[in-house]
Amino acid sequence: MNLRFTPEELAFRDEVRAFLAEKLPPDIREKVLAGLHVSPEDTVRWQRTLFERGWGGPNWPKEFGGTGWDPVRQYVFEEECAAAGAPRLLPFGLKMVGPVIMRFGSAEQQQRFLPRILTGEDWWCQGYSEPGAGSDLASLKMRAERQGDHYLVNGQKTWITLAQHAAWIFCLVRTDPAAKPQAGISFLLVDMRSPGVTVRPITLLDGTVEVNEVFMEDVKVPLENLVGKENEGWTYAKFLLGHERTNIAGIGASKRELARLKRIAASERKNGRPILEDPAFAFRLAQVEIDLMALEITNLRVLSAEAERRAPGPEASILKIKGTEIQQALTELMVQAVGPYALPFRREALDGAFEGPAIGPTWAAPLAATYCNYRKTSIYGGSNEIQKNIITAMILGL
Amino acid sequence: MHFSLTAEQQLLADTVRRFLSKEYGFEARLRILRSEEGWSRDVWSQLAEMGLLALQVPEEHGGMGPAPVETLLTLSALGGALVVEPYLACAVLGAALVRDLGSKAQREALLPAIAAGEKIVVPAHGEAGARYALAHVATAASRSEKGWVLRGGKAVVLHAPAADVLLVTARTSGAPSDPRGLSLFAVPRDAKGLGLVPYATIDGRRAADLVLDGVAVPADALLGEEGGALPVLEAVMDLGVAGLCAEASGVLQATLDGTIEYTKTRRQFGVPIAKFQALQHRMADMLIHVEQARSMATLALLRADDRDARERRRAVSAAKVVAGQAGRFVGQQAVQLHGGMGVSDEVPVAHQFKRLLAIEQTLGDTDHHLERFIAAGAA
Repeated sequence: MNLRFTPEELAFRDEVRAFLAEKLPPDIREKVLAGLHVSPEDTVRWQRTLFERGWGGPNWPKEFGGTGWDPVRQYVFEEECAAAGAPRLLPFGLKMVGPVIMRFGSAEQQQRFLPRILTGEDWWCQGYSEPGAGSDLASLKMRAERQGDHYLVNGQKTWITLAQHAAWIFCLVRTDPAAKPQAGISFLLVDMRSPGVTVRPITLLDGTVEVNEVFMEDVKVPLENLVGKENEGWTYAKFLLGHERTNIAGIGASKRELARLKRIAASERKNGRPILEDPAFAFRLAQVEIDLMALEITNLRVLSAEAERRAPGPEASILKIKGTEIQQALTELMVQAVGPYALPFRREALDGAFEGPAIGPTWAAPLAATYCNYRKTSIYGGSNEIQKNIITAMILGL
Repeated sequence: MHFSLTAEQQLLADTVRRFLSKEYGFEARLRILRSEEGWSRDVWSQLAEMGLLALQVPEEHGGMGPAPVETLLTLSALGGALVVEPYLACAVLGAALVRDLGSKAQREALLPAIAAGEKIVVPAHGEAGARYALAHVATAASRSEKGWVLRGGKAVVLHAPAADVLLVTARTSGAPSDPRGLSLFAVPRDAKGLGLVPYATIDGRRAADLVLDGVAVPADALLGEEGGALPVLEAVMDLGVAGLCAEASGVLQATLDGTIEYTKTRRQFGVPIAKFQALQHRMADMLIHVEQARSMATLALLRADDRDARERRRAVSAAKVVAGQAGRFVGQQAVQLHGGMGVSDEVPVAHQFKRLLAIEQTLGDTDHHLERFIAAGAA
C-alpha cells in the first residue's frame, strides 16, 4: 500500500501539465475557470487537440486508438485537465457508446465509428430515457420493427443531453414487445440526420438548453446499425452504465470548484472580514473539503480494485452518490458566498463569450444558475436513489 | 500509488482476525470486562507473541516499526472485535513517545519490554479544563536535588490502572497554555505521592484521574529535552488519532455487518425487515460512511509520519472528523435498526455504539478537529 505517486507516475503528471500549459487554449481555460459555458466548438477543438497528441481516448485501450493508460494514469490525466481548466470531454462517445462498440460491436462498426469519436468528428448522444421510462428504464417503448434491410423506428426519447449538436444517437429500442421488459430490448445506432428524426429543445431551470426531446417517426435504420444481438440490448445497457459511472465522482472538477469557492470566499466580505474567515461559513466549507478528501481516497481504492479485476463494480454507486453531493454542496456554498448578488440573472452573462459590464462582483453571474443546473447531478446517470438500490442489492446483499 | 497488501501484511491481517474470532467473541469479551482488572494479560501476551506490540518499536530495539500499514490492519481488526486491552495507549502512544523522545538508555529500558508485553506504558496528559488543547498543562515539575518533583493532576487517563509506567506531561516553565515549557516524565505507577482515582468508562474500559502530590522522580525520568516536548507530543498524538480512526473503521464495519445480519433475520409484517426500502437506503448511507472512514483512516496513518506538519495535521484531523461523523451516523442508525434489541446491553451493537461514542470523545472530538483542519489550511 502506497498513497504516494511513483516517480513514473509523477513524470507522467509533469508531462500532462506541460502539455496543458502549452496546448490548452487560454480562451477556453478562462471560461472553465470562471464557471461559464463552453461552446460545442470549444469542446470539439479540445478533443481534436488531444487527438493530435495521441490522447483522444484517455480511457480507451491501444488497439482502438486509445492511450492504454492504467486507471491511475487516467485519473491523473482527468485531475490535471480539470485543475488546468480544460473542458469536460464528451462522455457519450468516449465513455458510453465507445466501450459498448469495442466490446459488443462488429469489426465494421468498430472501424466505422470509433476513429471518428477520437477525432471529435462525430458528436454522439444517449437515447435511453423516455417520458414513461426514467428510473424504470426497462419499461421503454420506442419500437423498432425489422423490415427487410432496415428497422423502422417509432417513439420518443427525452432528457437527451446535447442532442441538438449530435450527429448520432445510440438508442435502446424495443424489438420484441411480447418478451419480458428486459428481454425485448436492442441497442441501435441512429443517424440523427435520418428523415423522421425531430429534436425539440427543453429549457432548463437555469435558462439553458442542455437537454432535448427526440422524436422518431418511421425512421429507417439499416440492420447493420444493430450492436450485438437483437433483444440483448439490456446487457449492453448495463455494461455501459457501469462505464459511465467510472470517474463519475468528478474529483478533479470538484477540486477545481473548491479552489474557485475559496477564491470567491476570500474576496467576499462579511462584517468587514472575508467570509472565508467567518466561523460558520468556514465550518461548512471545511466539511465539504474533508468529504472531498475522503472521496478522493475512496475513488482511488475503487480504481485500484478495478485495475485488478478489470471491470467497474457496484462501488461506483458510492462514488456517484457522494461525488454529486459534493458537487452540489460546492455550488450551494458559492451562492451563499456572494449573498444578494446571487440574484441578478442574465442568461447572456453565462456565456463565456459575453463581454458586457458585470452586475456586482464579476464572479457572481453564473453562481445561482449553476446551483440550479447542478440539481441534475443527483438525478442523471441513475438517480442517487437508484444507486442506493444498487448498493443494497449488489454490495449489501439485501 | 496502490492499495494492495504484501503477502506478509495479508498474513498478519488474517492471523489477527483468526485469533480474535477464536479468542475474543462477544461472551469472552464480556468475561474480560467483568474481571477485576478489566483486561486480559493472557490476550496481551498473545498480541505480543504475534509481534503486534512491536509495530512502533524500531528494529534496533527488537521491533518492526514504524509499520503504518500493519498498524492500520491491526487496529482495524482490534476495533472489529472491540478489544479493550490498552493497545492504542501502550503499543502506539506509549511506544512512540519513548521512541521519539527517549534517550538510548530510556529506549532500551522500555521499548523491548513494551514489545514483549512485559510493561504497560501509557501517556498521562489530559487535565481538567484542558479539553483537547495539547499545550494546556498546569501540572508542574520542579527541580530537586535528586531530580524532579511533580505536582498537579491528570484527567481521564485511559488504562492508568493497568500501567506500570505513566508518561506524565508537566510544565517545567511557562503559563498553562504556553507551547514552550512542556516536558515528559516517566513515572512508575506505584511512585510515592501518586494517587489514582480509578473508574470504568462508558465503553467498558478502565481509566483514572491522577493526583500528583509531590511525586519525586530521578533526573533520568525526563524524556527528551526539558521544555521541548510539545512538537513530538503533537506528532505522536496525531499518530494516535490516526490509529483511533483505524480502530473506528473496524468498529464501523462490524456495526454495519451486524445490522445487515440482524435485519435479514428479524421478521415483521411477514418478511425480513431488510426488505423495506426505508431500511435498505439507511444501510446504503451507513456503507458510504464506513467506506469514507476507512479511506481516511488509511490516509491518516500513511500521512502520520509526514515531515510536513501541515499536511499531517490536515490529513489526521480530516480523518477524525470523518470517523466522528461516521461513528455518530452508523452507531445511531445501527441501534435504530435493531429496534428494542439495540438498546439492550446484551447484543454487540450496544457495545459498538458505546465504543464509537468513546472514540468521538477521545483525542479531540469532531468540532475540535474541524477547527484544527481549518487552522492548518489557513496557516
